[in-house]
Amino acid sequence: MQRALTIVVLLLAVAFPIAMQAIDQTYYVTMASRILVYALAATSLNLLLGYGGMISFGHAAFVGAGAYTASIMIAEGLPSAWIGWPLAMAVSGLLALAIGAISLRTRGVYFIMITLAFAQMIYYLTVSMKAYGGDEGLTLTQRATIGFGFDLKDDATFYYVVLTLLVGALYLISRLVNARFGRVVQAIRENEARMEAIGYPAFRYKLIAFVLAGMLGGLAGALLANQNSYVNPGILHWTESGKLMIMVILGGVGHLYGGVFGAIGLLGLEEVLANHKIAWLAALYPNYQQHSLLGVGLAMLAVVLYAPQGIAGIFRRKRHD
Amino acid sequence: MTEPLLRVDDLEKRFGGIVATDGVRLEVMRGEVHALIGPNGAGKTTLIAQLSGSLAPDAGKIVFDGVDITAMPQHSRVRAGLARSYQITSIFRKFSVRDNLALAVQARSGSSLSFWRPVAAETQLAEEAEGIAVQVGLGARLDAPAGSLAHAEQRCLEVGLAVATGAKLLLLDEPMAGMGPDESQRMVDLIEHLRATVTVLLVEHDMDAVFRLADRISVLVSGAIVATGTPDEIRTNAEVRRAYLGDEVPA
Amino acid sequence: MSLILILEQSLNGLQFGLMLFLLAAGLTLVFGIMDMINLAHGSLYMVGAFLAATLVQATGSFALGVLLSIPATAAVGMLLEVAVLRTLYARDHLSQVLATFALILIINELVRMIWGSDMPLSAPGALAGPVQLLPGMPYSAYRLLIIGVGLAVAVLLYFVVTKTRIGMLVRAGASNREMAMAMGVDIKRLFTLVFGFGAALCAIAGAMLGPILAVQVGMGENILILAFVVIVIGGIGSIRGALVGAVLVGMVDTLGRAFIPQILREFLTPAFAGAIGPALASILIYLIMAGVLFWRPQGLFPARG
Repeated sequence: MQRALTIVVLLLAVAFPIAMQAIDQTYYVTMASRILVYALAATSLNLLLGYGGMISFGHAAFVGAGAYTASIMIAEGLPSAWIGWPLAMAVSGLLALAIGAISLRTRGVYFIMITLAFAQMIYYLTVSMKAYGGDEGLTLTQRATIGFGFDLKDDATFYYVVLTLLVGALYLISRLVNARFGRVVQAIRENEARMEAIGYPAFRYKLIAFVLAGMLGGLAGALLANQNSYVNPGILHWTESGKLMIMVILGGVGHLYGGVFGAIGLLGLEEVLANHKIAWLAALYPNYQQHSLLGVGLAMLAVVLYAPQGIAGIFRRKRHD
Repeated sequence: MTEPLLRVDDLEKRFGGIVATDGVRLEVMRGEVHALIGPNGAGKTTLIAQLSGSLAPDAGKIVFDGVDITAMPQHSRVRAGLARSYQITSIFRKFSVRDNLALAVQARSGSSLSFWRPVAAETQLAEEAEGIAVQVGLGARLDAPAGSLAHAEQRCLEVGLAVATGAKLLLLDEPMAGMGPDESQRMVDLIEHLRATVTVLLVEHDMDAVFRLADRISVLVSGAIVATGTPDEIRTNAEVRRAYLGDEVPA
Repeated sequence: MSLILILEQSLNGLQFGLMLFLLAAGLTLVFGIMDMINLAHGSLYMVGAFLAATLVQATGSFALGVLLSIPATAAVGMLLEVAVLRTLYARDHLSQVLATFALILIINELVRMIWGSDMPLSAPGALAGPVQLLPGMPYSAYRLLIIGVGLAVAVLLYFVVTKTRIGMLVRAGASNREMAMAMGVDIKRLFTLVFGFGAALCAIAGAMLGPILAVQVGMGENILILAFVVIVIGGIGSIRGALVGAVLVGMVDTLGRAFIPQILREFLTPAFAGAIGPALASILIYLIMAGVLFWRPQGLFPARG
């Protein structure tokens, strides 16, 4: 049943741009790409948060590092995605290695604070990079090139590339969590002390998970930079880390599709609130669309307080009824 | 005289002004069941923590199987053959009994840096886990989530996890904690059965079990070993009687 | 790099540090006693500033406006505690982080809806001019006021925490909550009070810093992180740690930003110094926090035993 559903959703996703082209609403293809990119970013955090139980409040640093690496490659005249995107993953992976090696020696709230602090450090570093726009950010003259006659400037092509990468990542993660490594990481989340006591060097496994999540986040960052053809330090701000965490919670912590559901949910909500007039809200407060963040905040609060299992949790409960 | 499997030399541990471990000297011979008894607060669990590697001593030396392991991290000691069980049950509640034990088996069967092949396909892990489950009396509960087990069953899993590491020396910290007489008897039988293949350092309050199982007993009072000997020697030791046993000594 | 300049920047650092202390004190108490991470603490600081700006306009008096904003913000804080935050005490840290993060967004937008993106708040006319501290060293009279207020509050806090009964209850709660509860302390009311008190401190900081840093939506986020850095360095639950940490952070941050680019230029090429100087200054306090977490994870003055 589940496999059939997955295939249907996949087919719908593949057909989506074609359908949008047919009804001349290609704006939605761009919006969908954006959602998919954030889905990848949120999924990378879910790996860390949901499966690994590590509450990292600095994940935006890895997304940002990937975005900047990919952007700098294009700016410096090396627009090939085959160079820029793996490099983005390598840079964010190394960054994750450095940050993780220090942060993972702490626990609880200290871990949250130190990951936050490191992310802020990277943020200030990018602000000071005057060569690449500093505070203003860097506008890309073009999107990356992937060869084979495909042009990423075409929104539909870009959409398919992102979709392929997201599906690929989800598949790899689904294998990973059921493999030995995934078992170990989830067991560490449940009872780290006992894992040490039965012979596992917990720190090592947490660090590897941290690096993998960082690398995947870096890929998402590279895609994000290409999506917007623009990158600025703002994507490294800790509030962006917060948004990613909200997506993971909203979608379902520790659920394979948690990041996807969360990105669709949060960005969808933002989109609806900002661009589609809701009659009764407008009657209540005419200017409400300028304050869409209020609705987003209220939704987030409601999820945390009343539905901490997120969207995936609703499915889980339904199956048990 | 043969080398002891475990030798503890002048171990010391202080917490602020409190001396938890006061120059402990202890030897555990290969193949024996060595009991560690003492009044509450004597520092038994602290000692176990230092032996297993989760707590670093301030001074002293621990030699296991001829190797100085004093600075060795806990997970390395497990690989070397020294594992513990906990007084307060510490298992993987959301995992099934089989998966709990399989985790311990997995730690010593090849690398866990495997990202692709599903663990479920590794029948060998499952078989070994099932074997140990039967050994500790949980053969009928293989698929149950560990958190749903009854208290006594959880204590059996607790010991099972230590056994599953394949350790040569098991540090069992009050395995019978909170068990009724029938369940305690089963635990005694289990430890008796383990005697054939592993060495055991047993911390226990249940004196019946101690005197039935132990080849030798060491008595820990206020962080120091005050006596070591056979059950008979300990039973008749005046200082021990005064400090600890009192009327609890079985005739 | 004259001595006068160093002195001036040191005073600026002290001034900023003392205001940071007001925020950190409230934050560390909430964290220490209620074991709750409250990211919305910065929002109370912002609300305090906006309320002060409004009341100053309404009353025409800086002092009156600021004074009235204190109980007003405390009321907002206590309302928030009773309505929303109370449910978070029992939850895990992740939920607290996310819920209070959501609150930041909500409060930011509410403030924007009520007041707009910013409000004017200027120092009182009487203090607009400089004071000659030393021959050749004029210093803003208003900043001296801030230092004065900061020190006064620090002394008051010291008095309340060490010499009064409520202070003793707070200290007991910070070092061992379960014990305090077992001894019959009305924990619910104590929590609400502590929260209100923290909000009051935020109001003072927000109102005093308003004329210097600008009263605008989003002013809470930046200072919030600094406050967290302070309590990590100082030790969670410790007011003394918050004071030492805050002054340390304030001084390092201010002096660093003022002098590191200059110092670097002595050793490195101007281009390079210009590039990494400001960055290094910004990240200096985070490096210190990382160091403290690494070598002394419980902070400089841990409250818990």
